[in-house]
Amino acid sequence: MTPLLEVRGLTKSYGRSLGCAEVSFDLWPGEVMGIVGESGSGKSTLLNCLAGLLEPDAGEVIFDTRADGPRDVLRMGEPERRWLARTDWAFVRQNPRDGLRMGVSAGANVGERLMAVGARHYGDIRARATDWLRRVEIDPARIDDRPRTFSGGMQQRLQIARNLVTGPRLVFMDEPTGGLDVSVQARLLDLLRGLVRDMGLSAVVVTHDLAVVRLLAHRIMVMKDGRVVEEGLTDQVLDDPRHPYTQLLVSSVLQV
Amino acid sequence: MTDYNFAYLDEDTKRMIRRAILKALAVPGYQVPFASREMPMPYGWGTGGVQVSAAILTPEDVMKVIDQGADDTTNAVSIRRFFEKTAGVATTTRTAEATVIQTRHRIPETPLREGQVLVYQVPIPEPLRFLEPRETETRRMHALEDYGLMHVKLYEDIARHGRIATSYAYPVKVEGRYVMDPSPIPKFDNPRLKSEAIQLFGAGREQRIYALPPHCRVESLDFEDHPFEASKADHPCALCGATGSYLDEVITDDAGGRMFVCSDTDFCATRRGEAA
Ligand SMILES: Nc1ncnc2c1ncn2[C@@H]1O[C@H](COP(=O)(O)OP(=O)(O)OP(=O)(O)O)[C@@H](O)[C@H]1O
Ligand SMILES: [Mg+2]
Repeated sequence: MTPLLEVRGLTKSYGRSLGCAEVSFDLWPGEVMGIVGESGSGKSTLLNCLAGLLEPDAGEVIFDTRADGPRDVLRMGEPERRWLARTDWAFVRQNPRDGLRMGVSAGANVGERLMAVGARHYGDIRARATDWLRRVEIDPARIDDRPRTFSGGMQQRLQIARNLVTGPRLVFMDEPTGGLDVSVQARLLDLLRGLVRDMGLSAVVVTHDLAVVRLLAHRIMVMKDGRVVEEGLTDQVLDDPRHPYTQLLVSSVLQV
Repeated sequence: MTDYNFAYLDEDTKRMIRRAILKALAVPGYQVPFASREMPMPYGWGTGGVQVSAAILTPEDVMKVIDQGADDTTNAVSIRRFFEKTAGVATTTRTAEATVIQTRHRIPETPLREGQVLVYQVPIPEPLRFLEPRETETRRMHALEDYGLMHVKLYEDIARHGRIATSYAYPVKVEGRYVMDPSPIPKFDNPRLKSEAIQLFGAGREQRIYALPPHCRVESLDFEDHPFEASKADHPCALCGATGSYLDEVITDDAGGRMFVCSDTDFCATRRGEAA
């Protein structure tokens, strides 16, 4: 089997301050990787480099494309990378306002990716948008409402529907439950877990909430000052942390 | 004639505009930037179209200027006078006799021929502007053919009104590549964007020129189950009886009386045998 994503020596600096350094890992089909670490440890930098939103200084991000097998995403032309970004990849942002088009209806938000890849049948687009609203537990009667009339949790679920409608294989998520009430978070996590399982998605999830990785991730990487200090199966790392920093991270959570 | 260079603009400016026009013809539907000049009329009065016309006029040309299909509105009359004065070219109201036609908001009903040039006045050249205000982003979207947003707009139309309600400036795809705003012509005119004539679009304030060379393929965006329709008021013209021309609704008295007449005044007058 080929990994879906092979990351080698990914490094990104912002001038003299380090974003992330020499990150390498494989992500297998159907696997969810959690990236944890304190604020400023380089999680978002790494995620944005993986998703082609930031240009790293060095490294390779090799994605197993449907058409041509493993290809280095960083050396693709922008048209090809954008095509991947709206077909095989998804990016769920912490703030739904950054990931949604607030000026158009929920249906148009979900339908946009379909139209971007050539869907030209209004009835079909609407039917698929309706289906996806239902799957993320939004009342389909709200299909023509604008997202600004939705609660924070609904907006986040709409963003997920908008991203998953084209059946991507790889989902990047940056703090998908951040900024939500605890009860809303739990429901969203549950939904995400179901979707990942049902669709056989691979995902890279950035969070500083260990409860999130415990529920979603098969494996985790712990980052500190831009570097990966520990990596392994989620339960192993969280129950028996080796690196002193991970031990600190885990114990501080337990004390909460 | 001694106060101005022929057709007002100096030769360097004309050369710069002609280069933009040639590039625009070579890449149909692509918006070519140009250094728009101050013209002796305000923006919104067709300064883009006037500069394009000035750059292509020759002393032998016969010019026609229309505004919403009519030769006699203030805007059309003042632009026609401008060229009579600065270029000394002959002018006409007859579509068939003109070699250069400057227009705002209409394509003449009489089919254009090879050798004629139709110059459009364009207020907003960017069809993606309404959903994406950032110029850097819209340019990139054109470059990458990232046009999903155009259909998002049409989707919203249908979701809200049950049909595509856009009736002016209806977006088109040119030669299967660039999405283009045909300027605020009624969508009734869209099928006639495919033409034997050269069509040039000038936006003065936004400093853009784009073009459709003769016979180039122009498709109005739509959905399979909501196909594009070149609709018009379902009446014959009250003056000439034409059934296939685009009509304006005219209020005839203050008791609510109204009638529908051809918006193309030359077409209507010719049919009535009283060409001006
Ligand atoms: N645009 C930028 N310019 C300069 N430095 C930056 C920029 N973005 C991030 N950094 C720096 O890079 C380092 C990593 O930041 P990053 O945002 O990746 O961390 P993070 O782990 O996502 O943090 P958080 O949990 O707060 O989101 C930090 O030191 C940060 O200050
Ligand atoms: Mg972050």
